[in-house]
Order: sequence, then C-alpha cells, then structure tokens
Amino acid sequence: MNVIVCIKQVPAKIKIEIDPKTGTLASGGVDRAINPPDLYALEEGIRIKERTKGKVTVLTIGPAKADESLREAIGYGADEAILLSDPAFEGSDTWATSHVLAKAIKKSGQFDLVLCGKQSIDGETGQVGPMLAEALGVPFVSLVNKIEELGQISIKVMRMSDEGHQLIEMMLPGVINVVKEINVPRIPSLRGLMVAKKAKVPVWNAQELGIDPAVVGSAGSPTRVAKVFFPQRPGKSEMLQGNPESQVDQLLEKLRQTKAI
Amino acid sequence: MEYFLSEQQKTLKGLARQIAEQRILPVRAELDEREEFPWDLIKEMASSDLLRVFIPEEYDGLGGGCFDLCLVVEELSRVCGGIAISYAASALGVLPLILYGNDAQKSKYLPAVASGSRLAAFAVTEATAGSDASAIRTSARRDGDHYVLNGTKQFITNGGEAEIYTVVVMTDAAKGSRGASALVVEKGTPGFTFGKKEKKMGIRSSATRELVFRDCRVPVENLISREGMGFIVAMRTLDRSRPGVGAQALGIAQGALEAAAEYAQQRVQFGHPISTIQAVQHMLANMATELEAARALVYATARTIDAGARSFTEESAMAKLFASDMAMRVTTDAVQILAGAGYMRDYPVEKMMRDAKITQIYEGTNQVIRNAIALEVLKRKAKQG
Amino acid sequence: MTADGLGDIWVIAEQRNGHTKAASYALIGRARKLADECQSRVAAVCLSQGVADAGQLAAFGADRVYLLDGPVPDGWNDDAYVKELVDLARRDKPGVILATSGALGLSVIPRVAVALDTGVAANCISLDYDAQNRILVQTRPAFGGSLMANVVFPNKRPQIATVRPHAFKKGEPNSARQGEMIRVDFDRRSVTAKTKLLNVVKDLTEKVRLDEAEIVVCGGRGLGKAENFGIVAELAEVLGAALGTSRPPVDDGWIPYAHQVGQTGKTVSPRLYIACGVAGAPQHLAGMQTSEIIVAINEDPKAPIFEVATYGMVGDLFKIVPLLTKKLRETRG
Repeated sequence: MNVIVCIKQVPAKIKIEIDPKTGTLASGGVDRAINPPDLYALEEGIRIKERTKGKVTVLTIGPAKADESLREAIGYGADEAILLSDPAFEGSDTWATSHVLAKAIKKSGQFDLVLCGKQSIDGETGQVGPMLAEALGVPFVSLVNKIEELGQISIKVMRMSDEGHQLIEMMLPGVINVVKEINVPRIPSLRGLMVAKKAKVPVWNAQELGIDPAVVGSAGSPTRVAKVFFPQRPGKSEMLQGNPESQVDQLLEKLRQTKAI
Repeated sequence: MEYFLSEQQKTLKGLARQIAEQRILPVRAELDEREEFPWDLIKEMASSDLLRVFIPEEYDGLGGGCFDLCLVVEELSRVCGGIAISYAASALGVLPLILYGNDAQKSKYLPAVASGSRLAAFAVTEATAGSDASAIRTSARRDGDHYVLNGTKQFITNGGEAEIYTVVVMTDAAKGSRGASALVVEKGTPGFTFGKKEKKMGIRSSATRELVFRDCRVPVENLISREGMGFIVAMRTLDRSRPGVGAQALGIAQGALEAAAEYAQQRVQFGHPISTIQAVQHMLANMATELEAARALVYATARTIDAGARSFTEESAMAKLFASDMAMRVTTDAVQILAGAGYMRDYPVEKMMRDAKITQIYEGTNQVIRNAIALEVLKRKAKQG
Repeated sequence: MTADGLGDIWVIAEQRNGHTKAASYALIGRARKLADECQSRVAAVCLSQGVADAGQLAAFGADRVYLLDGPVPDGWNDDAYVKELVDLARRDKPGVILATSGALGLSVIPRVAVALDTGVAANCISLDYDAQNRILVQTRPAFGGSLMANVVFPNKRPQIATVRPHAFKKGEPNSARQGEMIRVDFDRRSVTAKTKLLNVVKDLTEKVRLDEAEIVVCGGRGLGKAENFGIVAELAEVLGAALGTSRPPVDDGWIPYAHQVGQTGKTVSPRLYIACGVAGAPQHLAGMQTSEIIVAINEDPKAPIFEVATYGMVGDLFKIVPLLTKKLRETRG
C-alpha cells in the first residue's frame, strides 16, 4: 500500500511569547518537534507499510527547518519525505494548508491511504484531515483507533463515537485521522536515524505545485487571525484563607452564588 | 558541561534518553519491586539498534567505542541502574571475544548479540575468589576435542538470562595465575546449569545467578586466545569495561540529583520551598560539582581509550572508583533532601541509593581498585628511579 | 444572503435520542443575540430524523427550522450529511454557519466548508459581531489555551465556526416565539457513499464523559498514591462530575490514561474545574485553562495552578477535599 502521512513541525514546548510590537508569535529560536499526535499516524503508516510491503511518504508544510522533522520521520521508518515550502505558504489557515497538501499529494502520484494525527498541539483545530479529504475528493473517517482490515479497494476501521465505537468500511483511496489509542509509537532505530541524515528530501514550492499564492498564506487564506492576545483571567485568583473548615465554607458560598453548583 | 559531542554521539545519546524516558521510566519501579528481568525492554533496545553499539561493524554492529557505550549506559542509568546493567553486562560479556576472539568465534556469537536475540555475560567470580580472582577453582580438564568443566561461578550478572558466557577457568592449576584460560560456554550445554536467582539490595531487575558446571563438555574451539591467557584476557577486559561502570554511576547520580532538585523546589516548609534553604543549596552544589568532576574523569578515560592509548589501567580504575564513590554520596544526599518522602518506596531516590551501592563493589571492589591504582603510582615512581 | 450584517445565521442543532442537546440550544441563543445586533435571521438545521422538540428550537431563538429528513443508510453517513448540507447552503445561502465542535465539527463541517470554498474557525469560545466591519469575530484558544486568537473571514462566505460545548449557556425559552418549519426531503441513499457503517459498539464505560462534563474534579501528584484517588472520586460522585487527572498519576499507574487532562490527554472546558493536588504544569493547563471557574487546592502557595485559578486554597487537600464532599452531601440530603 502506498501510504502518505502528513506531519506538522510544532514548538516543542507550548509556553509561548508574543512579540509585543507585532502582536504575532515570537517563534524564532524555539525548539521544534514533530507534532506528537502525528507520531501515532506515522507509526500506523509504518505498520501498514510493513504489513503490505508498501511505502510510506511523509509530507510537511514549513520553512527549511522543517526538513529536520522529515528526517526524523525517516528515522522512524518512513521511506521518503517531501518538504512543501514557500514564503507564500506562511500564515496559511487550515483551508490553505489542506489545499497545499492536496496539490502535493496529487503531484506525488498514486496513493492508497492518507493518515493524519488528530490535531496539532498549537492550532488544535483537527480540521486539516477532513478538509484534505474533501479537497482530494476522497472519503474521510475521523477518530480512528484501530485498523481492523486492510484490503485492496477498501479498509475497515474502528472509530470512537459518542457511545463507544463504530466499525466503518472506507473505500480507497481515502483519508483518516487517528487518535493516540491506535498504537504505541516505536522508538527510532540508530540505523534509521543514520539513513535519515543522508536521505534526499526534495522541496516543492508554490510554482511547482501549481498553487496560486493569492489563495494561501496569511494574505489569501479564507480565515485570518485578526489579533492574538493573552487570555484575561477574570481578575487575580481569589485565595480563600483560614482553616480547612472556613475555606470549604467560603468556597461553597462562592460556588453557590455563581450558580456553579 | 558542554562536551561538544559529534552528530553521531548526539544521536546515540538522544536515542538512549528517549528509550529511557519513554519506555524504562514507566516500568522501573515495578520491575524493581518484582525483581523481574526486563526482556521487553531488551527487545525495545534491540529494535532501536542499541545493542549494536558495542559490536564491531564486521559482525553486524555499529562499531561504537568505549565513549559511545558510556553515553548509552549513562542515559539508561539515569532512569534505572538495574536495566542499564542488564545492557552493560552483555557488552562486558562479549568484550573478551571482541578483544581476543578469533574470526570464527566472532562470526558465531557477535551478530546474535548485536541483533538482541542473545545476551552475553562475563564470569570470573567464585565463592572463594572475589577480589582474589586468582583463587578460582573451576577447572577445565582437556579431554580430546573438549574441555571438561567442573565448578561454580558466583554472583554472575545476566546469569540464567544470557545465552553466551565468557568464563575464566583453571586449565592448569599447577601454573597458578598463568594457568587460567577464557572459554565461551553456551546456555543449554549439558552439564551447565544455574543456581537460584539472588535476592539483592539493588539493581533488582537485573538477574544474578550462580553458574554450575558438572562435567560440562565445551568444544576446544571455544577457547579464547590461548591456554594460560585467562587472567590477561580478564584484566584487559576489565580495563575497558570499568569506565562503563563509571558511566552507570554517573547516570544513577544524575537521576538522583535531578529528583532532589525538583523535590526541593516543590516541598514547602516554613512557608517556602526548601530549595531556598542554604543548607539544601550547599548539598545540591556539592552533589552537582562532584558529579561533573566524575563525569569529566569518566569521559576523558573513555576518550583516551578510544583514541588508542596503549595503557589505561590506572585511569580506568580511577574513573570507576571516583564515579562510584560519588554516586553513593550523591544518592545518599538525595534521599536526605527528600527526607521522609525519600525513604518511601513511592519516591524514586531510595532505589537509586540501593542501585548505586553495587557500583562500588563489582568489577573490582573499590578497595582492590585502590590497590591497582597504588601499584601504578608506585610503578611510575620506580621507573623515574 | 441578505445585504445586512452577517446574513442568515444557521446553527446545526444536534440531537441525541431525538432531543436537541443543551449545547445546541445555547448556540441558538447566542446566534439569536448576534442576529438581533445586525438585523439578521437565525435558522436551526437538524440532521436527525424525528426531532421531538423542533418547536423548542423556535422558542430558543430560531426564526426558521430546517428539518432535514429522509432515509439514511444504516442510520449514519457523513457523505450524505455533507452533500445535503452543501446543497441546502448553496440553495439558501447562509452568511454564517455555526456548529458545536465535536464529532460533527471534526468530520462533516470541515468538508462542507471546503465544498463551499470557505474556511472554518474551529473550537471557538466566543462569537462577537463587529458592527463597524459588519463581520463575525470568532475567538478561539491556541497553544493549549495560553493564547487567544480572534479569527475573521475577510472575504469568503459563509463564515463557518465550530463552538466549544460550554462556551455559551443555554438560555430561557420564549414560548411565544414561533418559527417556520421547513422540511427538506433528501434521499441520503442517493449519495454514492464511500464509507459504510458496519457495526456499532456501545461500550463507553465512563459514567460522565470527561470532554462533555459540566464539572470536572481532577487529582494530581499531590495525592501521593493510587488509593488516594478515592478521595477525589468521591467528590466527583457527589457533584455528578467527571473524574480527571494530570499526567504524573497516569505515568505512575495510579489511574488509567482515559482520565488524563492535558496536552497529551483530553482538553476540557467545563463550567467548574476543581484541581486537587495538581501543580499546574503548562502541559496540564493546556487541557483545562479555558474552564469557566477553576478551583485549586494545593499545599504549595507557589504552585502554577494558582495563576489560573478563580478560587485558590492553600492547604492540606486530605483535609479540605473530604470536608467539601461531606458538606456537599449534607446539603443534598
């Protein structure tokens, strides 16, 4: 099976700073890592490749530095990786991201299955997987926690639902979002990491992908971040003093007043 | 301290840390409690090629040196000394083969260890021969194409779990210490059984057993080097493996220091975290300084060995000595900083203290190690005339 | 789409067992207020068959209720829902589409957006009308809630947003309000579905679902050992709350991962979040700091959790929590 895994390079730690002048993220110099939920998608992709003697290609959109994460993915066991990079892509929203990924996937050739992590730890929208499926014109299943059967024309997956689980059959090619419950990601191997260092990672830009810069990036995306700010907590914490009895009484009074309980 | 590791070394260290934190950390307390050998973790390490580090490239290994091994052992030990030693003891077990084995022996045994399908162990110690290694009594009588082994080895790390044993035995008692030889004995050889698993103070997930030989027939091809070379093989092996014990001690101490520092910042007494108390700060400072000094010595020794130094018996002994004594002090202080909580098994430091103790004992007790160092010092003095 | 303000505001009203969820009523209420600010209209869109309380949707603020009905293969099919919503949106051209973030928000809504050539502002915690620019401002958390972002749609329509379940409170119905009931028949079997539901397994063991709970009680490392989770569980029970944990107890095996709240666990946004013996590491805060009221109990006055807590209590949780449970029990009778 030809498997594609979409990953995102995110800040390794989520405590971030805003550049007071521009009101945007001061992201320079922050350690970056593969979005942890994507590791489960990557692991599942590699397992599928091993079961079907297929191939895993990893894609990511990012600046040149994102090459590191792609090599890390190869270290885990991916066969190939492609970096989608262009200044025009910067600041893309989820629609634009899925648009770029869809173009890249179409360009990369035949594929059977695309795997994505549930959501990124920075944006936390979980939208790219389904949007990508629609852009590719293929089916989509969310919250997959087990792949039950791999066929030539379809696969059967378990997904999490409101009451428990559902067993779904999806025609191929298709896209799935996986959750952590699906597997325990392996640790990369030393030889894998060494191969990764020497691997060739092609870079595709907007022109090569046939993407009109006007529809992507911060300028072209359907949604735009008008402002970022630190959340206002309703005033400072109110510390309830006294002995436990007194503290509990005070708390109960406050909670009843605000109708919290 | 920034040691300016090469890209390869950084990758190795990073991978060992990843395994330690993601796989070993969640189970270390349980494995220690149940005294269970970490087979699952060995398999994990094997899939990551960690067991290839100490095997030469020609035999499916990655051809790492002493320093590479130290980096790995230190990272593993930072999380659990018991699991780290199961890894390191296998490296120790194949070292005689790597140093003195012939091609046939290396081809036969090393690839299996590299792939993680078989573990190794090194056996010298007996009931009557600990520090006094030359007092070993296990005999190997030549009989046609075989040696017939009789005797018992004691306190062997990986005993019972390993399949490949490099054993030092007496082939000619009349020659005294020149009458010892090193042999490879495989688990399952008729006449080779194991004693009960020892109940230990620390490194409890590691397996320690007696090796019992009763008319055990071992093929002559399994002789490592020549008859009579037994103690030379053993000495040269230990010279190269002692920095590894030092690395184990470094890792255990590092884990203890981090636990103590973290606790000190969270534990509030008299309205403030205890990390604001100078007495505690000074303890942490001493711990950190000693640890850094030990690290410098262990690393320097490992690097000099890898760079091709001709003799390093003294440095190797010093690295082991200093690091292990340091680890015992640091872990004891860590328990003290955690105080009541530190004494409880729910917190990780008492285990670290229990684990640290063995580093002062095996691969030469620190007393016998001091003897060896003193001899070197005096030899030098004598040479100067 | 009308020339005024935001145009028609559609709210996808979700049902469970034929009854509309509280979160959907809350969203309709919010949509009503937005519509009033800019002279727009609100429509509730129901994907389920046989909505028992359709009349209530009007009482809560909908001018119009679309009842999308028609046979659904196996009682579920995303492909059909997507096509149906897209067709309806293309026909009646809403200016805004709102839905609760959740199963629908993770599968159907984003696909509808791409088909309509527009984007989605996901997991919003507030919606506001910018009268000056005549545009919807959607506020959503990012970076684990450390940051808030105001998202707008400069050009594309409809503006689509998914909203966190407890972002808005269900208001009071006005039984005098009438709404137009519009039944839309759509044979969902006519859609060439590329996915098929084979089996349903109802095996959810949690009494109260963590991500939907209105109240969450959380235990942390301060509990000391596994058995002590009982103290926290009792408080949860008396409050009818879901039981949560920070990461260290999960790592130490005191409680299953399913209860973990945080960056590598679940994100919750309940009305009330009570943290017992939780230090408040950034990874944990990421999973709960958008909760409406946060109560923190910790013996360490410098614990980071107090930075986000509404009410903080420095003290011994082993005294405070059981006392709280006891008093709550007494009042419940």
